[in-house]
Amino acid sequence: MPVAKSVLELIGNTPMVDVTAALDPGKVSPKVRVVAKLEGQNPGGSVKDRIALSMIESAEADGTLKPGQTILEPSSGNTGIGLAMIARVKGYPLKIVMPSNVSSERRQLLSVWGAEVIESPGSEGSNGAVKRAREMAKEHPGWAFLYQYANPANPKAHETATGPEILRDCPEITHFIAGLGTTGTLMGVGTYLKQHKPGVKIWAIEPPAGEMVDGLRNLDDGYIPPIFLDYEGAELLDRRTVVGPRDSIEWTRRLTSVGIFAGISSGAVMAGAAKCAATIEEGVIVALFADGGWKYLSTGAWTEDIDVVTERAKSMIYF
Amino acid sequence: MERTLSIEIRLPTVLRTHAAGATTVAVEGSTLGEALNSLVTQYPGFEGQIVTAEGTLHKFVNVYVNDDDVRYLDKLETKLSDGDVISILPAVAGGA
Repeated sequence: MPVAKSVLELIGNTPMVDVTAALDPGKVSPKVRVVAKLEGQNPGGSVKDRIALSMIESAEADGTLKPGQTILEPSSGNTGIGLAMIARVKGYPLKIVMPSNVSSERRQLLSVWGAEVIESPGSEGSNGAVKRAREMAKEHPGWAFLYQYANPANPKAHETATGPEILRDCPEITHFIAGLGTTGTLMGVGTYLKQHKPGVKIWAIEPPAGEMVDGLRNLDDGYIPPIFLDYEGAELLDRRTVVGPRDSIEWTRRLTSVGIFAGISSGAVMAGAAKCAATIEEGVIVALFADGGWKYLSTGAWTEDIDVVTERAKSMIYF
Repeated sequence: MERTLSIEIRLPTVLRTHAAGATTVAVEGSTLGEALNSLVTQYPGFEGQIVTAEGTLHKFVNVYVNDDDVRYLDKLETKLSDGDVISILPAVAGGA
């Protein structure tokens, strides 16, 4: 392996590992395998390093981001952390609008790389952070607003790198499963896989909307990421399933039996993979694990009573 | 006549005003479409709120039978079983 000139060259090309042994053998055909793509191996610790780099480089290329210009972004954690690492290396000041109810590690990591955190109400979830950031972008036209929910460089990073890596390393793939947030991962990887291996099924996993939807005054306050509409996501996906916090935490714990220390959303994705595995006779399910477990240690997800942790997770953003 | 099934519909805060503040409503029907019709029969305020006049699901509404989005099952034709739970949720952005 050659020595990298910068940490940024270490983004992507994440490893894949067979995690079938974490499944309940009685419930799954012996001809089914589950393979995880470990995005926590990126230098900033999550899949979001990919889109953070892609959005910054694309803004540099088209002139919307100039040397020393301030960057603004709404993020519940990982995108902000990826941007913070890259902005530090490249010398851009960074402001992240983040809901108050994320794990303390997420907030601390932003400070590690010198980003400024602007809190939005936790009860409004990611929607609240998006709303606040959009207002701030209008008030400060001199800041570069990358806006991951609508930035084509987000799905493009997955269409040009994550997707090809998966097919290169696991050409036998039949199903791809990942979490649904900005929808960039599923839209980009899904588009690439369906173009190059049309039979592949794309499954989206999402957390329960929970209390954050209570802030909406009417249905039109709802929010569908523009990326999802641009990529005709409704047609691209084959299944969309909610996984609750208890299942997510249980599967996060189960993954340690095969040595995998992953974040809570990876537990949710693994729960979805187990559900998918139980419905097919044979196939290879690729599950994208967005990050590692490090940022969630303070939640007690592995060590405390499952009822207590589940209750705590209900008022927290862990996706 | 086909046996009707007992189904529960869970409502988000934003839609509860149409059901006199109820968080859940018991309905009957062997498909999702029938269950939603049963909801409108009980509470006419839901007319046009979940299913549009064109007979499709409202763009900003996600409807789940148990945990699965019905857009990827059989939409309004999705078959129901006794005890199924239908959740109606406004579309929101996930984490990122």
